[in-house]
Amino acid sequence: MNRIINNPDEVVEDALRGYLRAHQDLLASTDNPRVIRERSAPRQGKVGIVTGGGSGPEPAFLGYIGENMIDAVAIGEIFSSPTAKSFHDAFVAADGGCGVACLYGNYAGDNMNVKMAIRQAAAHGLTVKTVVANDDVPSAPKDERAKRRGVAGEILMWKVGGAKAAEGADLDAVIATAQKAIDNTRSIGIGLTPCTIPAVGKPNFSIADGMMEVGIGHHGEPGIEVGPIRPARELADLMLDAILPDLPFGEGDNVAVLVSGLGATPVMELYILYDHIAEVLASHNITVRHPFVGNYFTSLEMMGVTLTVMKLDEELDRLVGMPAHSIGLTKVAR
Amino acid sequence: MSHVVLATAGGVVLALADTINANRAWLSEIDGAIGDGDHGINMSKGFSLAAAALGKADGGLSAAFQTLGDTLLSGIGGSMGPLYGSFFLDLAATLGTAATLDAPLLSRGLHAGLASLEDLGSAKLGDKTLLDTLIPALTALDAAIAAGADFATALDAMSAAAEAGRDSTKDLVAKIGRAARLGERSRGVLDAGAASCCLILQTLAEALKQRLA
Repeated sequence: MNRIINNPDEVVEDALRGYLRAHQDLLASTDNPRVIRERSAPRQGKVGIVTGGGSGPEPAFLGYIGENMIDAVAIGEIFSSPTAKSFHDAFVAADGGCGVACLYGNYAGDNMNVKMAIRQAAAHGLTVKTVVANDDVPSAPKDERAKRRGVAGEILMWKVGGAKAAEGADLDAVIATAQKAIDNTRSIGIGLTPCTIPAVGKPNFSIADGMMEVGIGHHGEPGIEVGPIRPARELADLMLDAILPDLPFGEGDNVAVLVSGLGATPVMELYILYDHIAEVLASHNITVRHPFVGNYFTSLEMMGVTLTVMKLDEELDRLVGMPAHSIGLTKVAR
Repeated sequence: MSHVVLATAGGVVLALADTINANRAWLSEIDGAIGDGDHGINMSKGFSLAAAALGKADGGLSAAFQTLGDTLLSGIGGSMGPLYGSFFLDLAATLGTAATLDAPLLSRGLHAGLASLEDLGSAKLGDKTLLDTLIPALTALDAAIAAGADFATALDAMSAAAEAGRDSTKDLVAKIGRAARLGERSRGVLDAGAASCCLILQTLAEALKQRLA
């Protein structure tokens, strides 16, 4: 395990200190060391946007704290849900008197901790409503969509929810729009190598050299197919073939596209993949209004890639396009 | 020999922490087969924090369970923090201000804990979770009580059923949580939560038996 760490049991604490030192213009600490808020949160009169999850996907989740984005995040151990207390404390840190939208991904631990945190918040009169992201197509069949995991589509959900709240919408409108965002979003991942949680010290699963696993989850959840790695063009076709019919996306659609590396894949390769993705989408007369290519939602040092496509109506197009600033995603007015 | 004096039984929770710490590596190893291999690490962290908060703990058992529940809830996260946290909090609430613990009160407390688990998660018997240890163990405890067994005998019945329940998870396919996505590949290994639940119930039984008055 060749890693740049100190104590493997304290990688989350050590990294958080670094984030806070590096990004004082965006981030601020709270009384709970596992909750980080936007520097000027809570903003009075604005719906608070909260998310949270296990550490490991980078720079999620705190990387999306920022202007017109997320107000506070709860941070868990690597690949392990934050505590109910941390979710609760993040709600408090984000609450500007208009309630809190908790926009998070569909994982058993997160579901439980958020549920308990909402009860705690309700006990002192803080209203929290949720949207649970389930954009990962291979993790369950379409008729069991409620079982699907939330993956990189969460970023577009946060972007939309954060922008809607910044426009001054009330809690119900923020929730409805974030729900619309994730309902129109589909993702798929391909893993080429496993990853190692530092405290565990060995890889969480195995893939033979030259092989890939289609549909793999960010925590090594097994995918739907293992086979030899194919050229980037074929990978792009395979990924689009899985997600385009699922929504479905079709002729004349406007979309946002997010291609994320899983941590150890060179950014160059993400662009090699994106080239063909854009070509295929154009051949279907689908217009990419907002492309994002980079390491948006990784899985420690796994090699591989995820593709996320969101179908845009006028509102989603406006909200994804709204200027925003965070570590992971910055959008400037054009 | 039919009850435990609660006011001085807080050390039961320290015994639980010792057991979990002693089995830290084993629990992580089981979890690594079909999960992400951190169950022992997280459980050990939570129970150690609770033991530290209790200090020498010659205090009461209700308060000690309350401290354990609070610590697990606020300290470890994941799925096990809220599940075991609310389990021990509801157990503590059932014991409340009672002076002594007998078999029927223990049963009511464990049933309250079970109810909170069922409310929080959506697992059922046979889904390859800690419920596959807890439910049969409680059924055996209740059957022993109904048959007129004394407290020690009822605790032995609970322990034996917990172990059988834990072992039953080996042949089950996971239906919930991260391992569920493995489908058939989850068969053939124990569930880590069922294993830790068995350790907890067996240690609880032994620690209570030592304190029978």
